[in-house]
Amino acid sequence: MAPALLELSGISKSFGGVQALRAVDFALSAGEIHGLVGENGAGKSTLMKIIAGVHADYEGQMRVDGKEVHFRSSRDALAAGIGMVHQELSVAPELTVAENVFLGMQPVNRFGLVAWRAMAKQATVQLKNLGLDIDPKARLGDFPIGVQQLVELSRVLFSGARIIILDEPTSALSPPEIERLFAVLIRLKQSGRSLIYISHFLDDVLKVSDEITICRNGRKVATTPVTPEIDKGWIIERMIGTGREELEESYLGEIKLTSKPTAPVVLEAKGLTLAPAYRNASFAARGGEVLGVYGFMGCGQLELARTLFGRLRPDRGSLAIGGTPVDLANTSAARRAGVAFVAESRRAMLFGEEPVYKNISIAVLRQLSRILLKPDRERAIAAEQAEALDIRPPNVESRLGALSGGNQQKVALAKWLTHAPRILLLAEPTRGMDVGAKEDVVRIVRALRDQGIAIIVFSTEPETVLSLADRVLVMRKGEIAHEFADQAISKDRLLAAA
Amino acid sequence: MDAPNADIAAAGRSFRIGDFLRNQLRNIAPFITLLFLVVFFSIASPSFATLDNLVNILQQVSVTGIIAVGLTFVILTAEIDLSVAAVANATAIVLTFFTLQPDYVNIANIPMPGAVAIVFALLACFALGMVTAFGVTRIGIPSFIMTLAMMQIGAGVSAVLVRGQIAYTVPSLILTLGSKSIAGVPWIIIVAAAFLLVAHLVLTYTRFGRYVYMVGGNREAAEYSGVNTKLVVGAVMVISAVCSGVAGMIGVAYFGSAQQNEFDTFLLDSIAAVVVGGTSLFGGRGGIGNTIVGLFVLGVLNNGLDYVKIDSFLKILIRGLILLIALVINIYAERLRAARVAGG
Repeated sequence: MAPALLELSGISKSFGGVQALRAVDFALSAGEIHGLVGENGAGKSTLMKIIAGVHADYEGQMRVDGKEVHFRSSRDALAAGIGMVHQELSVAPELTVAENVFLGMQPVNRFGLVAWRAMAKQATVQLKNLGLDIDPKARLGDFPIGVQQLVELSRVLFSGARIIILDEPTSALSPPEIERLFAVLIRLKQSGRSLIYISHFLDDVLKVSDEITICRNGRKVATTPVTPEIDKGWIIERMIGTGREELEESYLGEIKLTSKPTAPVVLEAKGLTLAPAYRNASFAARGGEVLGVYGFMGCGQLELARTLFGRLRPDRGSLAIGGTPVDLANTSAARRAGVAFVAESRRAMLFGEEPVYKNISIAVLRQLSRILLKPDRERAIAAEQAEALDIRPPNVESRLGALSGGNQQKVALAKWLTHAPRILLLAEPTRGMDVGAKEDVVRIVRALRDQGIAIIVFSTEPETVLSLADRVLVMRKGEIAHEFADQAISKDRLLAAA
Repeated sequence: MDAPNADIAAAGRSFRIGDFLRNQLRNIAPFITLLFLVVFFSIASPSFATLDNLVNILQQVSVTGIIAVGLTFVILTAEIDLSVAAVANATAIVLTFFTLQPDYVNIANIPMPGAVAIVFALLACFALGMVTAFGVTRIGIPSFIMTLAMMQIGAGVSAVLVRGQIAYTVPSLILTLGSKSIAGVPWIIIVAAAFLLVAHLVLTYTRFGRYVYMVGGNREAAEYSGVNTKLVVGAVMVISAVCSGVAGMIGVAYFGSAQQNEFDTFLLDSIAAVVVGGTSLFGGRGGIGNTIVGLFVLGVLNNGLDYVKIDSFLKILIRGLILLIALVINIYAERLRAARVAGG
């Protein structure tokens, strides 16, 4: 094996009291594609940010070409030949392809002006090397995401990077685009560059990587060459872990789903499509059942949730509520049709400066009052909900911003419960909550389900879906890829389906 | 879960006075400014603090006040309307266009009965407001730009109809409201007070008023609560145009004539009244109470400067400075509040 190009030993890093990385070793040789996998919070991103110079404050040693380095900034890392392509592209869609390739380092002529012609010429050569034959003078935003990503990649390459970190590069790409990206990656590898490939999509990782490192809970669990014996199941087993202390938390054990196929269909979607977020989503939600929609970040589930609440309009497809076709022109129409929605971000749901009762009553003011407000009724129904959901402090006059995060989340839910909706959409309902608050949410959601409300939970966290859902849809890259109903399910099966 | 809440509560108690002052800065600052101005001018000139002059001041701010009512709605939703003065002017000219003018006014106008002329004028400002509302909510043009265009359209309507002439006659109802008094109180003050009162009641006690505050406070959250935010924003743009139209009509009667560019200074004055009063430029905070204080500050300042010996050209500069200070306080108040929210 070639001597390590990049070598990390005993890397530890903590944020406040939270230990994100514990004594991690990592090595990368020249001309290698190294896959890095692990669950959310396993420490992959932290490790890569240390390599890319984003986090300067860590313990342990890093060597490039055998020489010890400690990057203080991403500029330092780039100077040493390490570049990163982030999941959220940092291209300027309004500028031309060539300008994007040279963003921040445009060639200038002897008068100090941008050398446009030279730039276009060089960009063409650069992109041809990546197998991309496009007009360098065209606006980048007019090209599909896959092309934009390759342009960003070429920028990182052109800046002289020998080690390129790719964070979740395929999540927004179509299968042919993925093929093209992989062809480019393999060509780069053959030219002697090294790549670190981070992804949740294990099939992709297995396909393109020479070696794989698996992280769990801030530790490196395994590093292995990719051989025919290494498959998805082998990796998932190590990602989730089999330690006893993790067992309770991680739903390794099987859970029997209790879908209710005979319950009345409350919401039915047929062929819903909103390019490029999701395609051809057809499903039904039943009263008295919690439907879980699971998928990785960017799989289109959040857009789907917003479509069901009238915030986004689909390109195609139909939606029926209680058997009647509906066209949800805006959120107000969705509310009138009996749909309620709790977004994944509290900021998007709540009025921090207003008292709790106004936060709760806003969604049902129409039912409470025709013209004149009835503040006493508002306070009364808010107090009722505060008690039912155990919101603390129970004073509905307190400013919302003064409540703790978990209690704010309950307020966001409470506003839809004063007048029971027919369909309740919950996006990431337990994100960032402590165990106690999570249990409260599970209890509340179950109680609502038993009232006959159709509930759809959208989440990127397997635990959330497993703890709440009676039936599970798995979304992958904008499509509903799998359905689990009436069968035993476990976290590894869920991960394998996504 | 109890402990952190108890901590917050304790922190809330110990910082209560500072917290209150910071939170109320936007309400307190204009009031102190007003007090300061009144005391200053009263000392500077003995004839300032008289009942006659109070009526004077009220009369002088009435037209601005009616425009400011509509603007308060708009600014509360975190939008802006730069077309208020132009819409006022256009409405005023539509009104005179449909009223029989004296022989020496050379306008090809179409005389109508007074009531019809008033209805036409109201329809005109309503229509202009609807166009603005459509542009902002349906097409998605930022209100700043849309109302800038509407400002030019209003000026255009005025120019086409009045063709550089001056019109004098308005229907008798408008003449009464704009220039007559009842029991010593000018009607114009009563009209402005009625507008302010109704607007206050709407903002404070109706569902629509609550929506206006919530849309301004966090538009995304309002939308995710099933509020039709476009409808609310469209409605405030129409309200603003209609208020401006009424102010324009009454203003013509008050000034005694209608011509082009007559209302130009009212754009700055009405925005100043709302902002000086302490209504947040970021929406969601403030209200008619603030606007009333702002109107007084502006009225006292404009009127008081006439009582002290000061270069009349310097007055323009002084007004600009006062507006700048108000803006600084407005933004600063918002930042203090934001810091407090982040800290809490």
